[in-house]
Amino acid sequence: MKKFFSAFIALAIFVSCAVVMSSCSGGYDGEINVYNWGDYISDGSDDYLDTIKTFEEEYNIKVNYTTYETNEELYNILSSSNSSYDVIIPSDYMVEKLIDEGLLQKLDYSKIPNSKDLMDNFKKPSYDPNGEYSVAYSWNVTGLVYNKTMVKNKKPDSWEYLWDKDLKGSILQFNNNRDAYAIAMQLCGITPDKFSKKDVDKATVKLKEQKPLLKKYVMDQVFLEMEKNQSAIAPYYAGDIYTMMLNNENLVGVLPKEGSNLFVDAMCVPKNASNVDGAHKFINFMTRADISAANSSYITYASPVKSAKKLLDKDLRESELVYPPDDYLKKCYTFHNVDDETYSYMQEQFVKLMS
Amino acid sequence: MKLKRPSIPYIFWMVIFTLIPIVLILYSSFTDRNGNFSFEAFSKAFGYYDVFLRSLWIAFISTLICLILAYPLGYIMSRQKASVQNTLTMVIMIPMWMNFLLRIYAWVTLLQNDGPIDIMLSLLGIHTTLIGNQGAVILGMVYEYLPFMVLPLYTVMAKIDKGLIEAADDLGSNKYIIFKKIIFPLSIPGIISGITMVFVPSASTFLVAQYLGGVDDIMIGDVIDRIFWSDQNTGSAIALILMVAILVFLIILNFFGDEEAVAT
Repeated sequence: MKKFFSAFIALAIFVSCAVVMSSCSGGYDGEINVYNWGDYISDGSDDYLDTIKTFEEEYNIKVNYTTYETNEELYNILSSSNSSYDVIIPSDYMVEKLIDEGLLQKLDYSKIPNSKDLMDNFKKPSYDPNGEYSVAYSWNVTGLVYNKTMVKNKKPDSWEYLWDKDLKGSILQFNNNRDAYAIAMQLCGITPDKFSKKDVDKATVKLKEQKPLLKKYVMDQVFLEMEKNQSAIAPYYAGDIYTMMLNNENLVGVLPKEGSNLFVDAMCVPKNASNVDGAHKFINFMTRADISAANSSYITYASPVKSAKKLLDKDLRESELVYPPDDYLKKCYTFHNVDDETYSYMQEQFVKLMS
Repeated sequence: MKLKRPSIPYIFWMVIFTLIPIVLILYSSFTDRNGNFSFEAFSKAFGYYDVFLRSLWIAFISTLICLILAYPLGYIMSRQKASVQNTLTMVIMIPMWMNFLLRIYAWVTLLQNDGPIDIMLSLLGIHTTLIGNQGAVILGMVYEYLPFMVLPLYTVMAKIDKGLIEAADDLGSNKYIIFKKIIFPLSIPGIISGITMVFVPSASTFLVAQYLGGVDDIMIGDVIDRIFWSDQNTGSAIALILMVAILVFLIILNFFGDEEAVAT
């Protein structure tokens, strides 16, 4: 009798759980799994628009939103597990790699009418030359930030200042192989959009020269280092430099005269997506001017949507760091995919450099 | 070995979450990118020998400092009234409730130039950089792992029978002899589990060195973190070598412990 009773209780708990769970998801007409960079969407904090919630309300589709920290992490998850994502937002070179390896599916642009509003250079970008697999989400360039009280009356305007002996001990460098190598390659006269092992070796020599002058290799720590007057000069993403400058008036952001890396993150649909229709709706929604503008003001990178620019704050829209002028963009390059061997060779050299 | 039915779920768990992952790591460290048998991953992994040595060194120093700090504290705690003991345990535990990264951030803020400690020291006429060196990394590790040393030491010492100490006292032993003959030998299990719980995680930790160290202070955990995304084979090989190094260390430690226990 006792056994029967406990079995009954267990069943009752199971049933009630099932009822609760089904009633939670039951209100929606479906769901999509979105995989994006961490902190890369307007999420409702600090009076910004909660874009995901708005999408869920308008389309009645539930969004399961998860994040990653690097393109390589995204690639590994996508290529080696059975996880099913409907929308992913990799960077330029990773889009190219995913297309090459057949991990993306072609988009039906008739279901993404807002894509007509993309800036012309993002309609058939170099990483997706026929414009079949991706819709740009956000773009920006790399730049330099320096603290005008700490650079000994110099006016840094070139990547060379990251090798300046007078600033020894207060220079920062990217803690990210592609970005660090790109700067070193530019100074070695190599255009870093594509590179070989030989180019990596040349840049490694350049980076080795820099190491004794450096304070640290940083990523997110750069905010603390620069905003709290801990370091004199650092390379970083120009849109983030814009944010740093709002928090410390001693900081100056510049676009280096050699040109820099124009990076684009673009929305794609993996081959094994389970809700392709929902994915198209999501991409179309994120490309709508007001939504793209909301995301752009939150992450302070430029929006690829033409009519979104007008909706942005004047300061943001007119900042050269967020929207670099066209003649500067001519000097910029976009990363292309390099083969696995060269890539892991670069990573190996970079880690060795740091050890 | 006789297995009782309640142990089945745990065995199941061990196989899925311990055994299979280790086999996978073994497999990928002995193969190359294309899945062929190869020692390439190991030859690449040994290229980081200096980082290995540095990590083990930092872990060793941190463990030693933790032991020196925690031993007297554990002893003092174990001699208090029950209520005081509980409060002290609580005080030691509270920092561990906070997120690991936040605690490291806090140290960055404390140690940075023109941070509170730097300002205090410069008022005393000492001008130095506190952050971005190996000392800061060790400080961060000691702070991070000290509770893992204090708690086992305290638990073991609290269990020492007071009667033994009183008897020794009655029979004319002085405090030094009491410590040498009773307290120290009986606290050895605590020392061993404390060392294990501090050394093992600090040898393989990552991020601490990235936040508190300088350009040279990368640790083996950071190397695995970076290499793994681009080269799983080498990443696995490094992880395997680290596992073996830790295993050897633990075997030596246990041998040492048993001998001590036999000696008393």
